[in-house]
Amino acid sequence: MPRTAKDTRFSKKVLSVRPEPLKALEITTLQVNVGYQCNLACKHCHVASGPARTEIMDKDMVDAVLRALSGSPVNIVDITGGAPELNPSFRYLVKEARNLGRHVIVRTNLAIFYEKGMADLPEFYQDHDVELVASLPYYLEDNVDRVRGSGTFKKCIAALQKLNSLGYGNGTGGKNLSLVYNPQGAFLPPAQKTLEEEYKKELKSRFNIFFNHLYAFTNMPLGRFEDFLTRTGSLEKYMDKLTCAFNPQTLDSIMCRHLISVRWDGALFDCDFNQVLGLPLDAGAPAHIRDFDHDRLATRLIDVGDHCFGCTAGQGSS
Amino acid sequence: MTDYYKPEDLDRFGEVGKHNPALFKKFIDWYTSALEPGMLTKREKALIGVAVAHAVQCPYCIDAYTKSCLEEGMSLEHITEAVHVAAAIRGGASLVHAIQAHNAADKLSL
Repeated sequence: MPRTAKDTRFSKKVLSVRPEPLKALEITTLQVNVGYQCNLACKHCHVASGPARTEIMDKDMVDAVLRALSGSPVNIVDITGGAPELNPSFRYLVKEARNLGRHVIVRTNLAIFYEKGMADLPEFYQDHDVELVASLPYYLEDNVDRVRGSGTFKKCIAALQKLNSLGYGNGTGGKNLSLVYNPQGAFLPPAQKTLEEEYKKELKSRFNIFFNHLYAFTNMPLGRFEDFLTRTGSLEKYMDKLTCAFNPQTLDSIMCRHLISVRWDGALFDCDFNQVLGLPLDAGAPAHIRDFDHDRLATRLIDVGDHCFGCTAGQGSS
Repeated sequence: MTDYYKPEDLDRFGEVGKHNPALFKKFIDWYTSALEPGMLTKREKALIGVAVAHAVQCPYCIDAYTKSCLEEGMSLEHITEAVHVAAAIRGGASLVHAIQAHNAADKLSL
């Protein structure tokens, strides 16, 4: 059941540091969630994706996304899931978005390359000049497999080595490959720059792997991670920690102010997290991809909830 | 004795200041300054913290500095290595006192 977003602690906090509620600043990115099905069932997943999920964007909706793109100045398409590659129309979306001249980012879990029919994904990405943002919650096997399932780390390492051989992340092919760190529990991430240096050193020395950037994301108190916090009695403490770490300097860069999120059924949201919660766009803004109106959406009020403290904690996480 | 140390009691640390606020404030100021990054990074200080926490076997400190280490991006491998350093130094500190035993025995022996 969607939670109400009005008069939350977060909205009050925002109004304590600025004169008005958060509004979108622009829309540079259309973030398309093509479905919740995934080959993995990671413990920190805010979407609670997994093999049993059936929500999936059909081809008609993919075409609606492409129509919205073609009629708008939005330049970046950020494709996510689940494992987006499991959607039968995924490659069609990538190809057509590239044909429209848009920059395409895919959020991949890497292990998907080793599922049936997916072995050519690295070459597909290379051929279509796709930027990759890949999950790798840590550079050690135990930490990764504990969160993502046994055997996942070895697949990720092999996938990264393959991507490096195709010119991803090592400066030889001009292909951008970023990694994503998530804390493996109820604690906040470290400083991104320090951790990026450590990831680069460790992945190079252990596996001869290279990448461009590391994003250190905060775990959102939603989905499977929220279940974990509730089960272990640590939800309240975690929320307090996020609240105490509120950093007003993050408010201009958080993703909701620069993108719009599309759900598998075409519904529009301020971000992937509001999507999971079912928090609708502000009344008056077009609510479906078929009604996409860039100018109206680019100035919409943003619907916030206390989960938003996850994006404004410390250095920010978006 | 299983509930002798209660995790929630750490949040009551401030109550220690009730009976001597001035001294407690000095401690808090000193503690805060000592933990701030200086020549050593926040990460290095978190590792020292977890090692010392084990050396002095303080349950509150173990919880707190384990969390600090995780928040600094370290793993159980890092933490365990630091605890080994602390434990090895403690072990060495005991063992080196064998010399005192030898000296004492020498004094008493013919």
